[in-house]
Amino acid sequence: MEKTINIKLKIWRQKNAKAKGAFEIYKLDNISTDTSFLEMLDILNEQLVSERKEPIVFDHDCREGICGMCSLYINGHPHGPDTEVTTCQLHMRKFRDGETIIVEPWRSRAFPVIQDLMVNRNAYDQIIQAGGYVSVNTGGVPDANAIAISKPNADEAMDAASCIGCGACAAACKNGSAMLFVAAKVSQLALLPQGKVEAATRAKAMIAKMDELGFGNCTNTGACEAECPKKVSITHIARLNREFLCAKLKD
Amino acid sequence: MSKIDAKIPQGALAEKWSNYKAHQKLVNPANKRRLDIIVVGTGLAGASAAASLGEMGFNVLNFCIQDSPRRAHSIAAQGGINAAKNYPNDGDSVYRLFYDTIKGGDYRAREANVYRLAEVSNSIIDQCVAQGVPFAREYGGLLDNRSFGGAQVSRTFYAKGQTGQQLLLGAYSALSRQISKGSVKMYTRYEMLDVVIIEGRARGIIARNLVTGEIERFFAHAVVIGTGGYGNTFFLSTNAMGSNGSVAMQAYKKGAYFANPCFAQIHPTCIPVHGEFQSKLTLMSESLRNDGRIWVPKKKEDAEAIRAGKLKPTDLKEEDRDYYLERRYPAFGNLVPRDVASRAAKERCDAGFGINSTGLAVYLDFSDAINRLGKHVVEEKYGNLFQMYEKIVDENPYETPMMIYPAIHYTMGGIWVDYELQTSIPGLFAIGEANFSDHGANRLGASALMQGLADGYFVLPYTIQNYLADQIQVPRISTDAPEFAEAEKAVEDKIQKLMNIKGKRSVDSLHKELGLVMWDFVGMARNKEGLEAALVKIKAIRKKFWSDVFIPGSGDLQNTELEKALRVADFIEIGYLMALDGLNREESCGGHFREEYQTEDGEALRRDDKFSYAACWKYAGENQDPELIKEPLDYEFVVRQQRNYKS
Repeated sequence: MEKTINIKLKIWRQKNAKAKGAFEIYKLDNISTDTSFLEMLDILNEQLVSERKEPIVFDHDCREGICGMCSLYINGHPHGPDTEVTTCQLHMRKFRDGETIIVEPWRSRAFPVIQDLMVNRNAYDQIIQAGGYVSVNTGGVPDANAIAISKPNADEAMDAASCIGCGACAAACKNGSAMLFVAAKVSQLALLPQGKVEAATRAKAMIAKMDELGFGNCTNTGACEAECPKKVSITHIARLNREFLCAKLKD
Repeated sequence: MSKIDAKIPQGALAEKWSNYKAHQKLVNPANKRRLDIIVVGTGLAGASAAASLGEMGFNVLNFCIQDSPRRAHSIAAQGGINAAKNYPNDGDSVYRLFYDTIKGGDYRAREANVYRLAEVSNSIIDQCVAQGVPFAREYGGLLDNRSFGGAQVSRTFYAKGQTGQQLLLGAYSALSRQISKGSVKMYTRYEMLDVVIIEGRARGIIARNLVTGEIERFFAHAVVIGTGGYGNTFFLSTNAMGSNGSVAMQAYKKGAYFANPCFAQIHPTCIPVHGEFQSKLTLMSESLRNDGRIWVPKKKEDAEAIRAGKLKPTDLKEEDRDYYLERRYPAFGNLVPRDVASRAAKERCDAGFGINSTGLAVYLDFSDAINRLGKHVVEEKYGNLFQMYEKIVDENPYETPMMIYPAIHYTMGGIWVDYELQTSIPGLFAIGEANFSDHGANRLGASALMQGLADGYFVLPYTIQNYLADQIQVPRISTDAPEFAEAEKAVEDKIQKLMNIKGKRSVDSLHKELGLVMWDFVGMARNKEGLEAALVKIKAIRKKFWSDVFIPGSGDLQNTELEKALRVADFIEIGYLMALDGLNREESCGGHFREEYQTEDGEALRRDDKFSYAACWKYAGENQDPELIKEPLDYEFVVRQQRNYKS
């Protein structure tokens, strides 16, 4: 049966990229535990609007855990305390009655705050633009079954490709490194014959772009894997390192 | 009365597209560089079109409302993508895919368009594999297929339960490559607010920078709309929160016809509504109906006890359960098409047999499958869906039946386009779910991805050249032109008007009110009386909205409430158009069910003699009913039949 809880929220408010931000405290009563975390924020925003105040700004879209738009650092964890879910699929039943919940934006040099809890993740797009693709134009490609790919390789490529680009890995990393994100794409394409051709240049270009954009280095802490809502494995980082090293040795 | 020309090429069905391509006009490489194309939207259709046009050498400007082109809602598609490859050697062909799609759409789509779609479907799979899309494979290393509703062959390619994601990331990577080359300029967090028409042709857009609140002007020789469907008119749907129909409305108000607005698909298996603060509905893949059995209690008192929490579904004996789909449709049972399954669930709940505290849910029970196949087999097939269900509902579907209820999922209607995907405004094109063209009155599973990518990779990049070939002499028009200034002024005035209302109602509360009217009167089952009532109620909501909405903050800064308000203003107009179109269409077909037009057994009754046409609505001015223009659907190649799922 439906249960409700009363909660206190400490939420980061920041007018714009240049303004100084601060935590604000809000109280919400009678929140159904079946409510999702973002629906709870909707309720809070509805309340703020009814008080003629400006609502809290946060990114969200599909609300089914796949678009990668939602973010939020909740009680010290990207996407909150539950495992293998994004914030949009986190539910209030994971919180206790009377609990104080701290909500912050991604804290990462490469993801500057735009307003409140909304950050700029354009850096991830730039990394993909640096080489996260197979250079093939529309049309003039061989039949889809012309190249056989072993099932284990295809499956592993799929696991890497399930990255949603949300930024939790970089936000969780004490070095602010984007290695898991970069590794997922490099690994996916390196595992497939179509992507093999450009594997070396891709690894070098994407790593160079990551460094240029202000992301840190990887020290194998593993926080990225632990917080990844899609369970992307750090073994992909090992593959990335191998690709990168081989590419450098050839130079 | 306005005339309508679909520009369907002459000749045999199988030769139309080849003939078109052989005789169309092309633009030479040097001239391509001098032509600008705006593409709005970065879903499967928008991203694939922008990437392909960029590769060809056009100068492309691509816009999206999200923070990255990879977020578009195509990403959420689960099941798969159809193609007529016939790899399983089970008798598939281009003609069969064409025929299934036409029939699935209840004979309300154009034959020539659908045939072309089936024809290019195979190239899509080749293209995606070349990009590195990790489709599921067999142990021999070749591609795997699975079966889907409405077909007797296995023609669906898939990547786990995340096919939409992988296809979109494929298109996104192709787009990223063009962005890095400079042939596509990407504008993220920009929302188009109007199309600019100069001398009768689309020549640019007015867009709002969502971060700064600034209104900006952009010129192009042609404008392409790939902004998806308008399912969020219902407030609760399986669409993303930001999905909207505003660009379609802007085009409509500038003279583009809006076709078949009442054709909306209601998906039978979604997680039910839990409370008034619910923001969206989550889909549970159609594939679950292969092994799940749908039922409600046979006795009303049992249903009431379950709703009150006094009885568990697992306590109910077999003879006290009503497997109503198996009872009503013995031949197809739980695998009837989406529209039929949805209506049957509504019928049981309306009669008082619904479960869940709301009474608006039915059971989808896997206990038989688990007993028959073992838990591990069920887990292997549906594990990720069961996990998602458990995270949301907090119940273990291996132990207790899932609860499901229908929800709005996809809109077949949209901006009218001719064979070239051009709207009734020269230079304005519409692709993907945003147009109305290929699915008729009902879309088959795994066909949305196919259509989005067909339009973007393989159709538009050809047909748009036929238009642009005449535009090579047209110099770039300055955005200081009076038409741009006028369009920008209109947008600014509209925003100012909204900000100045300073009423008492939040945008969401009005949107929810609209959604309830839509669901009650323009939903799964419609009738004359209800649709007329809906028109009156929507007019009242429109009045309330424009006199009592409250938007905090400022109009010239980032303002998420203002963004929502601009979209809801358009949803109100779309809702009105849907009701009007539903009222006009006095027949039942596909997703459109008029209670007055059903067979003795309660099935949809199509009226080909009167309604074999696409209903195209032409804007006639504010607060005025639009003009109806009919595009006749002549079936030259296929014989139409009534659908039957009982025997």
